[in-house]
Amino acid sequence: MQITNVMASFSPRKRREGALAPARKKLKVPYVFIFLCMSPWIFGILFFTVYPMVTSFYQSFTKFNLIDKPEWVGLENFHRMFFEDSDFWLALKNTVWISAISIPLRIAFAMFTAWVLTKPKRGSSIYRTIFFLPSMVPTVAASMVFTYIFNPAYGPINRGLEAIGIKEPPFWFMDPKWSKWGLILLGLWGIGDTMIIYLAGLLDVPKSLYEAASLEGATPWQSFRYVTLPMMTPVIFFSFVTGVIGSFQYFTQAYVASGQVNDYSHSMYFYATHIYFTAFRAYEMGYASALAWVLLVITLICTLIILKTQKRWVHYPNGSLFK
Amino acid sequence: MGPLSERITIQMSTALSHLSPEKIAEIELHSKIARRKKRWNDFLEMVGNHSVLIVLSVIFIMPLYLVIVISLMNKGQAETRSIWPSPFMWHNYLDVFTAVPFLKWTLNTLFVSVMGTIGVVVSSVPPAYVLSRLQWRGRNTTFVIILGTMMLPGQVTMIPVYIIFSKLHWIPSFLPLIVPSFFSSAFSIFLLRQFFTSIPDEISDAARIDGCSEFKLMMRIVVPLAKPAIAAIALFAFLGSWNDFFGPLLYLVENEDLWTLGIGLNAFQGLHHVQTNMLMTASALFMAPVIIIFFFSQKVFIEGVTLTGVKG
Repeated sequence: MQITNVMASFSPRKRREGALAPARKKLKVPYVFIFLCMSPWIFGILFFTVYPMVTSFYQSFTKFNLIDKPEWVGLENFHRMFFEDSDFWLALKNTVWISAISIPLRIAFAMFTAWVLTKPKRGSSIYRTIFFLPSMVPTVAASMVFTYIFNPAYGPINRGLEAIGIKEPPFWFMDPKWSKWGLILLGLWGIGDTMIIYLAGLLDVPKSLYEAASLEGATPWQSFRYVTLPMMTPVIFFSFVTGVIGSFQYFTQAYVASGQVNDYSHSMYFYATHIYFTAFRAYEMGYASALAWVLLVITLICTLIILKTQKRWVHYPNGSLFK
Repeated sequence: MGPLSERITIQMSTALSHLSPEKIAEIELHSKIARRKKRWNDFLEMVGNHSVLIVLSVIFIMPLYLVIVISLMNKGQAETRSIWPSPFMWHNYLDVFTAVPFLKWTLNTLFVSVMGTIGVVVSSVPPAYVLSRLQWRGRNTTFVIILGTMMLPGQVTMIPVYIIFSKLHWIPSFLPLIVPSFFSSAFSIFLLRQFFTSIPDEISDAARIDGCSEFKLMMRIVVPLAKPAIAAIALFAFLGSWNDFFGPLLYLVENEDLWTLGIGLNAFQGLHHVQTNMLMTASALFMAPVIIIFFFSQKVFIEGVTLTGVKG
């Protein structure tokens, strides 16, 4: 698996032997060339990462409307966030809700689709293309299409559900109780790219392990539970981390979908939506920066918790970057 | 004593010689039944696998199928939950160009995507080269920082970056969407580095001994060898901007002449003179290039995704 290879490339004993050969040490390191090559990245990170992070940290303690000079208000933004801003809590609640359901669901579904793809002897590449295709569809188009075809009045999906015997299919995006499920289905439809990573991981599991398992008389479930699953933990871990980071930035699908239907109860109002509306509709740049920093801290804490637990469940055959 | 297989055959024939011909026939029959049973089981398994895969395929294809059929319906029929157009309104695909400035949106999107792609490729190859093909102090630290920036939520830098661009009077314009891509993308550096590392060092060493400069070595030897990886980052960059919604939403919304497909499509409903079924026609046209590109470059894609474990 490539991910584990990247991680392994950091451990000294895995370094390429060529690097240790004495002949190469003699070569002069062309520092000017290195600097010139790295300069797009260096200036990029200064302009678009370091400077903005420092400014946004400062601005999170200010009141700033883009026109007047930022006015220092101390911790007021954070006080407002936690004690006065009910939209913040709503957005946080919605985000946590959808992440808690969609992250495990996505992992399970990606694993399942990848696993069924490894089964047939012939024709699996056709299925793979079909499963992968939806992940290519532009997010805006996909969200538009989903709100249309899931529309209870003129979308064909509910007609299909009625045909298979579901008497009162949900109103999906039109119903605050079901709108998030609509978004979850939209996410699962675009699982293709994640599935490919799982597929690569599954094909990487040594055949000998399965043979050994079947010699010991393991049932298919046991060989999945004790061979496949442990070997897949690095991939699961990786998609867990990126899933948590991604879910706090979940924006386009929800924004487009709630623009299509009248989301009066804000059931599709997520954390990134809240930042967007605060910054670019209300022009409260200071408060929005504070929201963004709280987002960063939340993501960081979640990631650290997952990192802490990984020793207990993630199995690295080649050693790891994060050990 | 001959080899093992020969010994076994001899032993078996001596063992069988004790048995009556009826018994041998019976054993042969049993083994035939067992073989048939196994073949039958394999067949059942294949049928099972393929039925699961076919059901999943139908689910995955369904929304795409529905977009296409609804895009070919007239307005009345598009709101009746039908799944087959009658009559076929092929005209929708022409009407959409006159109903909304679809061509302009397409050209805008194309311009931003192409410029962005050029920017990413030009500015990501050199850093990836020195991060993989040369040994220098601080190299691994730099690489870890690059990986770290990939994890950084964009929201944290978004507001100050917006302020920079607004101070430069670049809003609304395409510049905020194009210029940053010329400052390299962490994801592309990462993908290219993974690939460059796999090119044997001996090639570079031989060229260096012959007095080849590092720049020439990069352009003439490593870049041509890394064409698949460069194709992958170009594709990811192109699709990234083609599919981007948030960037255009921030930087282009104020000027309708600059709208991209994503922004235009999202504003579709607000344009009252447009029929709702056209929404699906426009969506289908928006998806088409991406899907066509995908069919031509599937291999590059899937290799790119598996090389890095992430999509751009």
